[in-house]
Amino acid sequence: MTTRLSNAQIAWRAAQDIADGAYVNLGIGFPEMVARFQPEGRQAVFHTENGILGFGEAPQPGEEDWDLINAGKKAVTIKPGTAFFHHADSFAMVRGGHLDVAILGAYQVAQNGDLANWSTGPKGVPAVGGAMDLVHGAKRVAVLTDHTTKDGKPKLVQQCTLPLTGVGCVTRIYTSLAVVDVEDGRFVLREKLAAVSLDELQSLTGAPLHIDGSVADLTVPEV
Amino acid sequence: MDKRIADLAEAVAGIPDNATVMIGGFGGSGAPIELIHALIDRYLATGSPKNLTVINNNAGNGHVGIAAMIEQGMVAKMVCSFPRSADPRVFTEKYLAGEIALELVPQGTLAERIRAGGAGIPAFYTPTGFGTDLAKGKPVAEFDGRSYVQERWLRADFALIKAEIGDHLGNLTYRMAARNFAPLMATAATRTIAQVSQVVEPGGIDPEAVVTPGIFVDAVVSVPHPAQEEDLNRAKVTHPEVAA
Repeated sequence: MTTRLSNAQIAWRAAQDIADGAYVNLGIGFPEMVARFQPEGRQAVFHTENGILGFGEAPQPGEEDWDLINAGKKAVTIKPGTAFFHHADSFAMVRGGHLDVAILGAYQVAQNGDLANWSTGPKGVPAVGGAMDLVHGAKRVAVLTDHTTKDGKPKLVQQCTLPLTGVGCVTRIYTSLAVVDVEDGRFVLREKLAAVSLDELQSLTGAPLHIDGSVADLTVPEV
Repeated sequence: MDKRIADLAEAVAGIPDNATVMIGGFGGSGAPIELIHALIDRYLATGSPKNLTVINNNAGNGHVGIAAMIEQGMVAKMVCSFPRSADPRVFTEKYLAGEIALELVPQGTLAERIRAGGAGIPAFYTPTGFGTDLAKGKPVAEFDGRSYVQERWLRADFALIKAEIGDHLGNLTYRMAARNFAPLMATAATRTIAQVSQVVEPGGIDPEAVVTPGIFVDAVVSVPHPAQEEDLNRAKVTHPEVAA
């Protein structure tokens, strides 16, 4: 099996596409790593659903203020320019098209941009949080994911089989092997690891990968 | 006019069985722990209120606050977006046993439904949830080439919220991200009860700094040093002291 990018490396690659001054929402967990890899000289403004814009890094252990948390209920800090607001304003920022990019995890992404990332089926207690809101309204909706599931099944598919988070919402997918755009109901391959052949990549992808012009090498430093 | 109420027990005395109660907070931030515990104490002493419908973003964490209400059996139904937490056992066990109902609502839709309830807007259209299981059975419509789901307002008999500073007229400010749902809930309940860390005379809050105007608030009760749910859970506190 070809060497794949680590989660941190996928996050690094996604961070390179975030412009200076962009308003960005990072999903809970893996996507939160994107904040660590902002390129020198660029500063994004991070939004969290529970009502903070422009928050800072995690505080030192023991210095948490539990009125100052992010959507993952983890403690954050304020910095010059931070703003607080209530939940309706927060989701107006989300649905109203004010965020430049939302970056989320995924169980499955379909070639038409459908996303499944909130439920693996009817077992247990269902919980959705802000995922269904976040996929609508941001100018770009990007997904970070391993290219396949742990048991090797494609996560980029013709049609999602898991419950949908949103219809036709994803614009770009950063995987452990490639960068893929969703355009006109199909996957368009933009970058792939040099060590993985096109045939191998296609065999690990559940829908056709189209090539529009050229495919660049996906190069990411050790991070 | 003076909306101050002397103590927590008196503040929650009027909440009857079968009431719908909005409770502020996102996780522990903004959770009005003292008001919730006063309500639990009343239930333990009198058997009321029970069969409540509770609207909150979550469904409790550990054995304090909303989790403790659920644990005592006061709650028939939760309306929330994310009924999971670091320690969600109380809700999870009741839900899987069929002892509590759940209406799952996307977080932004939950906020907007409450906002609409407070603003007198009975329904609205949102892109959120279109084409998903959570939109099943709801009317959809197309506007400018895009599809939207119709969602209805949410209103409540009572709102229990936590604020930072309150004056005698019910004007409120909040503390950082503890604000979350509270300003919305204050508008959407027939009776809004706010616990505040500091009570001031009218004029003690700069009018430019008021977040919730007093017209939305019916009662203000002083809780000078409110507990944080996260601190209680880290200290493994239960309410009442020995969990049922």
